[in-house]
Amino acid sequence: MTNVLEVRNLSKSFGGVQAVKDVNFDLKEGEFLALIGPNGAGKTTCFNMLNGYLKPNTGSVSLRGQALIGHPPRKIWRMGVGRTFQITATFLSMTVVENVQMALISYHRRVFDLFSRATRMYVDEAMALLELVSMQDQAGRACSELAYGDLKRLELAIALAHEPALLLMDEPTAGMAPSERLALMALTAEIVAKGGVSVVFTEHDMDVVFAHAHRILVLNRGELIAEGTGSEIRTNPLVQEVYLGGGSVFEAESAHA
Amino acid sequence: MLDVKNLGAWYGRAQILNGVSLSVGENEVVALMGRNGAGKSTTMKSIMGLVRHINGTIRYAEREVQGNTPHAICRLGMGYVPEDRRIFGDLTIEENLEVGRREPRPDAPEWTQEHLFELFPNLAERRKNLGKQLSGGEQQMLTIARTLMGNPKLVLLDEPSEGIAPVIVEQMARVIAELKREGLSVLISEQNLHFARIVSDRAFIIEKGEMRFEGSFADLDENPEISNTYLAV
Amino acid sequence: MGFYFAQLLTGLANASSLFLIASGLSIIFGVTRIVNFAHGSFYMVGAYLAYTLVTHWSGSVLGFWVSVILAAMIVGVIGLIIELTILRRIYHAPELFQLVATFGVVLIFQDGTLAIWGAEDLLGPRAPGLDSAVRIMGEPIPEYDLALIAIGPVVLLAIWLLFHKTRWGVLVRAATQDREMVGALGVNQAWLFSAAFVLGSFLAGLGGALQIPREAVSLQMDLSIIGEAFVVVVIGGMGSVSGAFVAAVLISVLNAFAILIFPQISIVLPFVIMAIVLIFRPHGLFGKPGSEKGAPEEPDQPLALMDQKSAMVLMAALLVLALSPLFTADFTSVLMVDVMVATLFAVSLHFMMGVGGMVSFGHAAYFGVGAYGAAMAVKFLGLGMISAMLFGPVCAAIAALFFGWFCVRLSGVYLAMLTLAAAQILWGVTFQWQEFTGGDDGILGVWPAKWASSDKVYFYIAFVLCIGGIWALRRVAFSPFGYILRGIRDSQTRAESIGIDTRFHQWMGFVLAGGFAGLAGVVFAFSKGSVFPDSLGIALSIDGLIMVLLGGIHALAGPILGAGAFVLIEDWVTRLDYWRFIFGAIILIVVLVAPDGIAGGVQRLLRGLKGGRA
Repeated sequence: MTNVLEVRNLSKSFGGVQAVKDVNFDLKEGEFLALIGPNGAGKTTCFNMLNGYLKPNTGSVSLRGQALIGHPPRKIWRMGVGRTFQITATFLSMTVVENVQMALISYHRRVFDLFSRATRMYVDEAMALLELVSMQDQAGRACSELAYGDLKRLELAIALAHEPALLLMDEPTAGMAPSERLALMALTAEIVAKGGVSVVFTEHDMDVVFAHAHRILVLNRGELIAEGTGSEIRTNPLVQEVYLGGGSVFEAESAHA
Repeated sequence: MLDVKNLGAWYGRAQILNGVSLSVGENEVVALMGRNGAGKSTTMKSIMGLVRHINGTIRYAEREVQGNTPHAICRLGMGYVPEDRRIFGDLTIEENLEVGRREPRPDAPEWTQEHLFELFPNLAERRKNLGKQLSGGEQQMLTIARTLMGNPKLVLLDEPSEGIAPVIVEQMARVIAELKREGLSVLISEQNLHFARIVSDRAFIIEKGEMRFEGSFADLDENPEISNTYLAV
Repeated sequence: MGFYFAQLLTGLANASSLFLIASGLSIIFGVTRIVNFAHGSFYMVGAYLAYTLVTHWSGSVLGFWVSVILAAMIVGVIGLIIELTILRRIYHAPELFQLVATFGVVLIFQDGTLAIWGAEDLLGPRAPGLDSAVRIMGEPIPEYDLALIAIGPVVLLAIWLLFHKTRWGVLVRAATQDREMVGALGVNQAWLFSAAFVLGSFLAGLGGALQIPREAVSLQMDLSIIGEAFVVVVIGGMGSVSGAFVAAVLISVLNAFAILIFPQISIVLPFVIMAIVLIFRPHGLFGKPGSEKGAPEEPDQPLALMDQKSAMVLMAALLVLALSPLFTADFTSVLMVDVMVATLFAVSLHFMMGVGGMVSFGHAAYFGVGAYGAAMAVKFLGLGMISAMLFGPVCAAIAALFFGWFCVRLSGVYLAMLTLAAAQILWGVTFQWQEFTGGDDGILGVWPAKWASSDKVYFYIAFVLCIGGIWALRRVAFSPFGYILRGIRDSQTRAESIGIDTRFHQWMGFVLAGGFAGLAGVVFAFSKGSVFPDSLGIALSIDGLIMVLLGGIHALAGPILGAGAFVLIEDWVTRLDYWRFIFGAIILIVVLVAPDGIAGGVQRLLRGLKGGRA
């Protein structure tokens, strides 16, 4: 299989604090990759460098051979990188289906159309995307009225609108019920399996990670400390020490001491 | 001492809480558990009068306080420690404490700056530093100290262990134990079952704005499916 | 050398009173998040009160200074009364409503002052004991200027001590960062707000009172100072008192030297400095990110197309309007042209604010450029009416293209202030550049073509242009362009993440709104036959804001209702004595009774009538 994404020597520091240190990894076509680690390990910083919100100090990122670094987020989006947010970001004054339509309008380069009725454009495609995430019944609801889990699913539909090659999901299941979590990630896995899109996600719920991720990367203090399948990571002593822990916060603490 | 019945809360048109009931007894530490977005913080804010649209009743210190302003509720002896700390970054540690200072009350222990600096020695060393110069753990200590300056009888502690180093989490557990020893009541919101078990007497579990469990940790251990379903373990 | 030093001292003396009023404005904004337009009125009332008190105790040194302090204290009490009766009720209302409410207060004060002190400018006595000049390096320097130079830093020091050495000051600084948290720690926010407002009003009153020996007291003092005071606050950073001091000195001193080189520059200079500062430091010299934001607002509801019944009502109303010249007198047609012009202006402003989320305090600039563009096309280029009508909006769009490029780099109050600066620059240029724009005398003889010269025919021209313009803007609001613009307002993050160039998009929205405001200006110019600098002035910009907010910012129909109501009320009220007072009172009543505007009020009424959920 070919590599969709190649990350080389990625580093970033904020005012002397090294947030990400020399991170390297590849993502294969159709892969479902989890990025885990304690709070402040540099996961979100990594993500923000991949999608153009932050400029790394050093390193390169290439998507299907195109260099991503140095382009603004919107250009990177057009090159085929979609994203969902840790804290949901949607157009709250629009309906669910309108949110998806906006992404389609942008994808089809119609944002400067001054005359068409926006709500009548790409309705079928938008509904198909909503169906993919089982949100079609709520298409006409105001986005501001949605439950948190539904917003997350809506974000997934929006992120898929431009048929991205790479989807970045920042804590996609935070704040969802366990059954919903597994369902959302099963849904995502299904979409990945259909082909065309590869996923990198960060997550704190290890059930979700171990159930769905094809491969797991572990970050700690900005460094990649382990990489492997679920069972490899679960039994890795270093990962247990810094992140998974033996069960209690205090045991983790005494392991440090 | 605190008795919440059927609390509902709205942000705009979205209903966040739906009939939440809970209670905290005299000198008791109670954990309110649940995941991100379950409604823990909203419950805390609603009790404190920080959510504008609520219904239900909140009884505290023998009176109904729903609809009261936050400052009136605070003056009845309720202290609130927000989850995002909300330190006044441009004020020094001493000034942050000064903002929280209130007259002593007969029914609650009295805290002074010096007493608090003993409890939080890191803060004492940096008393002239600005809030924004502190580390996350120090800010967490400062936000608790600031609330204690109001000499509360009941402290609402929103996610005290979130996003701080394990060594500070341990210190936090000691502080909560100290508060209980001083005779305070504490309602903490927490995602971490292990931490909650260590510091508190009883637990409530909230999910999607509704209460799903109430009881002791022994009860919770007997029904592992509850914590598996509602908590991110 | 001595001359330049004297010039520096004059600059510093000017800085003192500017600092006093700006620091009060900054404190009030920092704590309450209210942009207080009435602050200029406090300054003016302080000056009038001091005039009365000083003339009463004329001659005595003690009497003078006691009068000044007493005048400032009375203004503080007036501030308290306004805070308690008006502002306290609207702290949770959208920030623009607060702004309009304070403008209502401005109008009431203008007529109140007129009733008490009369229309004549009043020249106060010199300060006893400080009434001569001393020679410094050979130049005469008024002693009073030296006193003012000392007063500025003394007040700054006093405020600093108050804020750092008293519990109250610590609370105020804390509240400037996080008001809600201060409340949760047991501090009664309401009284903290009142106290901050009193302090701010006191400082404004003091600034005004200290001006007595230097300039005549007049009814124009309020609006002439408020623009400059806003500039100082913005340059310094909203909520920063020391920032206000630095900015006041910067502006006054630069001004004192700039007028030596180019005497006309003083009207424009502060705004140019502000524009430059904001481009490099988008939150002012000492401001912080986030300091531009007012109270958070609840999200809008999705747009809905009109249902059939409303569409029929609208068509019927348009038909009545279209046929009105047939059965009404000429003056009604003229009034209807005014209504349509105002409506198009308000709709274009609403497009920018309500749809685009970019609040403008200077939208009249583009109205005025459109009007002047057309007038100059007639006068200098000899164009006919139709070509001039095309030329005007293009000029307005080009002006919006230029100023919009700067404005869309900012957000919130800072953006609003930069739009104000842009408008003041254009106004200043128009006002000063006599040979080209006619200055204060305006441009006369901008009449419609012969065939269109009757009031009735011109009514139809205006009808086609204005209703057409309103229809076009409404259409754009429902187009992809308008939807995306609204999306950027909702969530910039989301818009960027679906590939939108948000800044460019907002820029184009700004240009579009400017162009249509220019169209309104063109129709206006030909209906009046002349243009004057007020068509770019602050007052017209504020009229636009009042129309949008009276109507309700959350509804597309809002500006239409608001503009109609505004022009009709104004037409009726201006025939009365003390119409400003009445108009201000009407504004306050609307703000206090219907905080979601006429459109919101009507909607609530309809819901109530249908027995639905209120």
